[in-house]
Amino acid sequence: MWTQLVTILSDPNTQWVLSGTILLGIASGVLGSFALLRKQSLIGDAMAHAALPGICLAFLLTSSKSIAWLLLGALLTSLIGSYCIQIIVRFSRIKQDTALGLVLSVFFGIGIVLLTYIAQSGAGNQSGLNTFIFGQAASLVGQDVRIISGVALVLLFITSLLFKEFKLITFDPEFAQGLGLPVRFLSGLLMLLIVAAVVVGLQAVGVVLMAAMLITPAISARYWTDNLAKMIVIAGGIGALSSVSGVILSTLAKGLATGPLIIVCATVIFLFSLFLAPQRGLVSKLIRHYRVKQSIAKSRGQLAAGWEEHKGVEL
Amino acid sequence: MSYVGWILITGSLVGILCGTIGCFLILRKMAMLADAISHTVLLGIVAAYLISQSMQGIYMLIGACLVGLLTAFFIQLLDSSGVQADAAIGVVFTFLFAVGIILISLYARNVHLDVQHVLMGEIAFVPWDTWEWNGYSMGPKAVWMLGTVLIINLILITLFYKEIKISSFDPQMAIALGIPVTFIHYLLMGMVSVTAVASFDSVGAILVVAMLIAPGATAYLLTDRLSTMLILSAVIGVLSSILGYYAAAYWNVSIAGCMATAAGLLFGLAFLFSPKHGLVARMLAMRKIKINPPA
Repeated sequence: MWTQLVTILSDPNTQWVLSGTILLGIASGVLGSFALLRKQSLIGDAMAHAALPGICLAFLLTSSKSIAWLLLGALLTSLIGSYCIQIIVRFSRIKQDTALGLVLSVFFGIGIVLLTYIAQSGAGNQSGLNTFIFGQAASLVGQDVRIISGVALVLLFITSLLFKEFKLITFDPEFAQGLGLPVRFLSGLLMLLIVAAVVVGLQAVGVVLMAAMLITPAISARYWTDNLAKMIVIAGGIGALSSVSGVILSTLAKGLATGPLIIVCATVIFLFSLFLAPQRGLVSKLIRHYRVKQSIAKSRGQLAAGWEEHKGVEL
Repeated sequence: MSYVGWILITGSLVGILCGTIGCFLILRKMAMLADAISHTVLLGIVAAYLISQSMQGIYMLIGACLVGLLTAFFIQLLDSSGVQADAAIGVVFTFLFAVGIILISLYARNVHLDVQHVLMGEIAFVPWDTWEWNGYSMGPKAVWMLGTVLIINLILITLFYKEIKISSFDPQMAIALGIPVTFIHYLLMGMVSVTAVASFDSVGAILVVAMLIAPGATAYLLTDRLSTMLILSAVIGVLSSILGYYAAAYWNVSIAGCMATAAGLLFGLAFLFSPKHGLVARMLAMRKIKINPPA
């Protein structure tokens, strides 16, 4: 078992994949925590889908599969998507969830149209673009990993630099406004960071599952602490841990997709946290509930006994 | 019936089917739940295939319906144990979808069930996959499946119209009146799952979300009456399918993608120009107030 693990880890290809997905796991865990607390978890899902037309457009315009251009295109349409959601909610009676679903599916539809257009226009081999839909962590090469790592490090750096500001606009935007912080700019920046994390993750886990990289580690971390700084560290750790275990599991059998395995590992960690976390976990809640019940039963028994004792006494 | 005719009929059936159910999803603020279910239906289809070892429609419907209900149930469960609602949806559907993909990559590699098809659908192949009965060709299987589900859905909606309506607009009152709100919730979720799987072959898992949400959202901007909204939404669904098909044929691109794009465009038009709730109408109303401020 141990030697097997060592052979897996000493494979240079696996090392590339691991280092890319670990950094990705950390960055999306950290930014996902902010998204979760701002009740914007599912926006990551919509952004991931809205990236598809951008990837296709970038390919059509530059006719190169250079990852930097594709990611830039993805970033652009994702931001347009998030802007559309805000506009729809603000200027009509459509609610947030409907606007999310609408933007997600319509942008994805446009993406599919462009994908088929590229395929039949003979503008080149578009097979590389398909990997963005499901992600292909196992086929990440040096160039991709360098970009993923670079972006992830920049995201982490900006987040640590502006941690206090982000914390304030997450929990008490009115107060932040009162302090004179540029709240709209900061929310916009945070959104940009989240979208950037989503976009670099597409290649590894794909459009559909990228949402889980943001949501699952963050919601698991929420069970272990009430402190934001601790929460983002734990979420980053859980993201990294699920990436490592997903990548290792996927090397065990041929044809196992890495992205989905990462998500399954993250969900297992979530279930573990849901049940067994010390304070907020379901088991400890049940125990507390049982203890309270016991103590109520006990004091009720004492009361009843006291009542029996003094029944005959005239007051 | 010609090839194009069958495609248009299939598309229209998808439009009506998704359009009517979609209205309730929007009114009940469950659009993202529909998104979740349309993804997890994949797991239902794979599981049904692995258990029954056949690609027959009825097994797919049962499997999808079960997994769809399970999705709704899990989300409810997480929700009631204190997980934030949007995160609950996100965790559940990505997990079940990931399991579905892993199962496909492990066992169902060499079947017709390729993931591409599952996500994007291929309405162009629908007319060739016909149902033979006593030697007669009865038309495409997909049309029969969509038709059956449409009839079931319409019967259920007419039977429970009042209950669904009250529980959508005023859940508290519905509970007070003794309407089985939970039952209605799962009934709708079951209908969404069946609708998703029936539309699956034609438009795929993600674009079915567009057909579910966009026509309903468009109709929601055009009317204030539920009955009108249902009819409008179905009409808009059909219109998106037909427009989408001709656009796709003209540019030679994905039909399902074009249907979703057309649905999005129609929504955009309603968003701007709806007589009562549109952006332009709102701005005109604002200007009127500015020019003649109410006394």
